[in-house]
Amino acid sequence: MATTNNSNLHTLYINARLIDPATGRDEMGGILCDGKVISDIGPHLNDGKPRANSQIINCKGHCLVPGLVDMRAHLGEPGEEHKETLETAGRSAVAGGVTTIVCLPNTEPAIDDMSVVEFVARRARKLGLSKVYPYGAVSKKLEGKEIAELGMLSEAGAVAFTDGFKTISDIQLMLRALSYAKTFDLLIVQHPEECGLSKNGVMNSGETATRLGLGGIPRYAEIIMVERDIRLVEMSGGKLHFAHLSTSDAIDCVRKAKARGLAVTCDTAPPYFALNELAVGDYRTFAKLSPPLRKEEDRQAVIEGLKDGTIDVIASDHTPQDEESKRLPFSEAAAGGVGLETLLPITLELYHNGHMSLIEALNLITYRPAQLLGLKAGKLEIGRRADITILDPERGWKVEDKTLKSKSKNSPFDGRPVQGCAIQTIVDGRLVFQAEG
Amino acid sequence: MNTNEQTFFRYYRRHLLGTEGLTPEEITILLDRSEAHVQQNRQANKKKSVLYGRTIINLFFEDSTRTRTSFELAGKRLGGDVINMSVSTSSVKKGETLIDTAMTLNAMHPDVLVVRHPQSGAVSLLSEKVNCAVINGGDGAHEHPTQALLDALTIRRRLGHLSGLVIAICGDVLHSRVARSNIHLLNTMGARVRLIAPVTLIPSGIEHLGVEVFHDMDEGLKGVDIVMMLRLQRERMQGNFFPSIREYFNFFGLDEAKLANAKDNALIMHPGPMNRGVEIDSDLADDFGRSVIREQVEMGVAVRMACLEILTENLDQSEASNL
Repeated sequence: MATTNNSNLHTLYINARLIDPATGRDEMGGILCDGKVISDIGPHLNDGKPRANSQIINCKGHCLVPGLVDMRAHLGEPGEEHKETLETAGRSAVAGGVTTIVCLPNTEPAIDDMSVVEFVARRARKLGLSKVYPYGAVSKKLEGKEIAELGMLSEAGAVAFTDGFKTISDIQLMLRALSYAKTFDLLIVQHPEECGLSKNGVMNSGETATRLGLGGIPRYAEIIMVERDIRLVEMSGGKLHFAHLSTSDAIDCVRKAKARGLAVTCDTAPPYFALNELAVGDYRTFAKLSPPLRKEEDRQAVIEGLKDGTIDVIASDHTPQDEESKRLPFSEAAAGGVGLETLLPITLELYHNGHMSLIEALNLITYRPAQLLGLKAGKLEIGRRADITILDPERGWKVEDKTLKSKSKNSPFDGRPVQGCAIQTIVDGRLVFQAEG
Repeated sequence: MNTNEQTFFRYYRRHLLGTEGLTPEEITILLDRSEAHVQQNRQANKKKSVLYGRTIINLFFEDSTRTRTSFELAGKRLGGDVINMSVSTSSVKKGETLIDTAMTLNAMHPDVLVVRHPQSGAVSLLSEKVNCAVINGGDGAHEHPTQALLDALTIRRRLGHLSGLVIAICGDVLHSRVARSNIHLLNTMGARVRLIAPVTLIPSGIEHLGVEVFHDMDEGLKGVDIVMMLRLQRERMQGNFFPSIREYFNFFGLDEAKLANAKDNALIMHPGPMNRGVEIDSDLADDFGRSVIREQVEMGVAVRMACLEILTENLDQSEASNL
């Protein structure tokens, strides 16, 4: 897969449509990689002149963009290697054009200790696929009781703090976490769901749940938690990011909080703007997600939130579940869907459906998440590591379990025809993925 | 019974998983066929041999006495071999057993599986994994189609028709598969359905299923032809949906005074087992002039015979076409 790690190797990518959302660049040109870093970029590299001992790759007019940055993925290792390992996740990521993953701390043991942060980083570095940055846990063992060592975890490499797919429910803990994190200027990430309202539910509350005889999770479970936490940000002066918002009212709360100048940001995941609760159909457990898929009006509100900038980022929310966890009656099945390989094409639906330009759509999955978490990624710049994706935004394919590289195949988009895929993925100047055909 | 119609319409489905989506013709065929079995069941010799050689497995993941017995009798009266299997979900690791059990049973070549399961959708999931016909004997809070059919048969025999009737379904709609199956069937047959319950026992969005919702018994029961009481499923309730049995009975239990709002000859129905003094006054339940609760049980056997018979006929057809 990977070519030899020769730091003297120059690679010249020519005839590419350079798209760099960070600078607004969108022009034909080329990029020169000197070993691991980008050494030149621009239209002048398309002049046909060979550069000193460089290998030339013709991009044939495809888009050359910064490698995708996915700020929310569950990778399974350590602890749930039967669902996903750092290696299978890495292969899945690079096949989806993702060169940087920020992974959730819901592992076994949890990422609440420096040794686990280092373990994940070391394993990922050794694999040499996507770069992996971990989130640190907000609470020790993710129990929602005591604050973990945020400062030391941050020094060890945790880029932000969250209890992952567990809500930080205890109001005192949340307030303390926001306040304490402010000491070190750290970001807290919340899965906003009021457990008291959601605990007996398995899908969005309403007509469809009633028809299917399934317990409902009301939209208010999300809205109430977002409203509460915005007040806590106001109280503490901390920085908070809401993960995977799915309801119009929660997005509106964030819109208003931003207008008031609070340090609040949010993301959403592809299912919430590309699917609605009807995807559950006849008890399809692949469509069982957390938060649950909502009504059509909410789906449209998510698109509006993406268009007006209220929603800062699109993250894959990659949650691998093995067959044993999904081939169950709906109420007993595990929630979540794999997403590393569908992040790009589903995000591009926003472009194909005319909601935004190509560069705006790419911004949500490259520069914005990197900027939000302060990562050196998501930008085409001389001197930076050459993490690059060459993609064809038009090429059609079908999401099918047999072609997915992830160890788990639970895609909520299973069977969906999509457009847009990575042709080549390059990490630190090395080719780590090459599409077939 | 219109025999001409029977030649045009058939129940072609492989399974009976619910009443939602059944056509009026399909329901009529199932009811007409059931009707024929009512007489047979009242004779001294109740045995037929149409299911001779067929194996029916009653696979119950949830406790049941009456539904299981009813299916067992139905199968035996038609000459089939019936086996009862009770799988306690609490003792085995949940879910894993469902597909595993389905595969295991499938390998024994049963012809019909009657399945009851505490999770909504479990029966439909199982039906995808087996080659035989599957009858939903009740799944979670989703559907219980044979109960709705036997209710419809009881009403039709008493009042002659279903269309145009006003039927009030009262009580724990939230946890009730009987309510959902009845709402679909009765609406399809042109009846009008009202639901009466405290707000906490009405599931969200149910008005989209074509019902009128009431929270007051006196108001909801005005002029109704049928009062269908539901059992309070306290075993399914997580947390308290009402403060006490006393308060519940006071406002939502059926007694003489509340029943006075209904039509004079209104029928009282209950899917059983009853909680006397909780959702229904004991004397009313035993008032044979109006309560048809025992008749419902009788119709249950006839309806299940019809379902078994029709689904096996469909098996005959597919077996013939495979030759």
